Amino acid sequence: MNIRIIKRSDMPKRQEIIIRIAAVLMSIVFAGLILVIFGLNPLKIFATIIKGSLGTEIRIQQTIIRAIPLTITALGIIVAFKMKFWNIGAEGQITMGAFGATWVALNLPETLPMPVMLLLMMIAAMLCGGIWAFIPAMFKAKMGTNETIFTLMMNYIAIKFVTYLQYGPWMDPNAGGFPKIAKFPANAVLPSVFGINIGWIIMLLFVVFVHIFMNYTKKGYEIAVVGESVETARYAGMNISRIIITAMLISGGMCGIVGMIQSSAIEKTLISNIAGGYGFTAIIPAWLSRLNAVSALIVCLAFAMLIQGGTYLQVSLGISSAVSSIVQGTILFFVLGSEFFLQYKVIFGKKSVKAETEVA
Amino acid sequence: MQVFLASCVVAGVPLLFATLGELITEKAGNTNLGVEGMMLMGAVMAYVTAAGTQNPYLTVLVAALAGALGALIYAVLTISLRANQVVTGLTLTIFGTGFAKFVGQPYLGKAVPAEVTQFFAKKSIPLLGDIPFIGPIFFRQDVFIYLSYVLCVLAAVYMYRTRMGLNLKAVGENTAAADASGINVMLYKYVHVLIGGAMAGLGGAYLSIVRIPLWQEDVVNGRGWIAVALVIFVAWNPIKAFFGAIVFGGLSIMGMRLQVMGVGISQYLFDMVPYLATIIIVIFSTHKKRKESQPPADLSNNYFREER
Repeated sequence: MNIRIIKRSDMPKRQEIIIRIAAVLMSIVFAGLILVIFGLNPLKIFATIIKGSLGTEIRIQQTIIRAIPLTITALGIIVAFKMKFWNIGAEGQITMGAFGATWVALNLPETLPMPVMLLLMMIAAMLCGGIWAFIPAMFKAKMGTNETIFTLMMNYIAIKFVTYLQYGPWMDPNAGGFPKIAKFPANAVLPSVFGINIGWIIMLLFVVFVHIFMNYTKKGYEIAVVGESVETARYAGMNISRIIITAMLISGGMCGIVGMIQSSAIEKTLISNIAGGYGFTAIIPAWLSRLNAVSALIVCLAFAMLIQGGTYLQVSLGISSAVSSIVQGTILFFVLGSEFFLQYKVIFGKKSVKAETEVA
Repeated sequence: MQVFLASCVVAGVPLLFATLGELITEKAGNTNLGVEGMMLMGAVMAYVTAAGTQNPYLTVLVAALAGALGALIYAVLTISLRANQVVTGLTLTIFGTGFAKFVGQPYLGKAVPAEVTQFFAKKSIPLLGDIPFIGPIFFRQDVFIYLSYVLCVLAAVYMYRTRMGLNLKAVGENTAAADASGINVMLYKYVHVLIGGAMAGLGGAYLSIVRIPLWQEDVVNGRGWIAVALVIFVAWNPIKAFFGAIVFGGLSIMGMRLQVMGVGISQYLFDMVPYLATIIIVIFSTHKKRKESQPPADLSNNYFREER
């Protein structure tokens, strides 16, 4: 038998959607099979995940609280990935953002009005996250340094730096010898609306911002062109270094805000694992949404369900919450594989008669 | 000094396995960023096998197979289905991390059975172990470390002295030309990506079975990523990989050593050193223009025969 692969010229939108949905469905079936191999009942697991993420009002709130850092980080990653700048340093940018916010929260007077305090914390977080992204961006722009490894190593440095602060200069003398940083004063804690910290409003604002920025502004367009082809961008007279640096400042700044939200609303202090893996996990929804801001919000809500459901799995059935990472990975594997079928047609069978007559 | 250098070797060996694996993968033209995930898969499967069977041979074998299984997912997606190599590799790391956490959960904090740890106890090699200075550093180690020496030499011989090694180089440098000259490009890519994964699995196994013989979730702790950078540092040369891995092994244990010696700088600041060093390497390696230290020309380009 002969298998041939032909590049598709174009595909109707409906067929594209069918292939994508089929990929996600297949991935869920496959993830279920993996669970069976581990001796678990996949139906029960999936039902528990849904119950744990949407079952009660508090669980829905918890799911959204998890969607906030995931979505904003994914948005930051989208800006970088659109440029084919593989920013896998979100984890470190979040950590440094939290560092900036914490510095402001612990050093400015407790008497400062809350809005002023929170705004200053956000600015500090954006600056610190932005600087953390700026360093690899500058090396990439000026010297062509490999950004994947650079941004990744910056994660470890940020985490070690906060660990150092936690055990060293920033250790709270009132914590009874525990290596902890002091809690934030009341004016540095994000307030809640509808039982959820106002991070959700910031999240929605960022979705709108990234959507408009990437689709309707000159800068956004330039970022997409650099991602498609650096040569084209250069030929069109674009300042590539400046585009790379601007995009990464935005990307890192948004991740920095995530650090501010997590330290202010969730932990109410700074801890070394403040980013909690969101910097890596967010890569999956960013890619699944095809680097589109609005789709990213939807995919991130679904992923937040998986994460929240995974935690519930741990509490209610004693099954490791890592199940949700396995399911997440499997879904992305299938979607990555499905992209092949969007671009190529596979033909089974003998060589076509037409080809043979042409040879003859 | 000798004792310190000997522990540099111990700390460097997991990096050596992973670096050699990634080096071979990249020689075939693929960048697999899933090293961290494959190491974790190897580490956890080795642990489970050791705990379940107490058989050291099976432990090593299963670790290699687990790493290769991770690599197989990557290979199918990037080689056959032409998926983006960066994103696929990252996903493999996320998947592998979840896999290790899940499979290892019941064993958290439990020790490796004594039968296995005894098998990997330090044993001096006759004659070689008695060489002054060098002997105690390199040849009074455990069998797992000796295995890494063997693989390192084998990789060098294979790459520089065999027909297949030359073909491999052709695949990485110019896939289309290699294909045209009759080399089975797909087979070469699959085989070497799988070998690379198996070696990453072995590196992970060393960490969970020998280095600290009990199960912890963060056994690998970024070493997979350092290995990816080391490949650039050693300029795709397996012999240089040997020394590069030991240097980085040394850097990673320096913080603790200096702390013990009473140097008044926080251990956590010293812990940054390997990561900072990796960044410096990546910066400088982009500046080197020597021909032999360049990456394979077709690295990270997915090969489409139809678009030739």
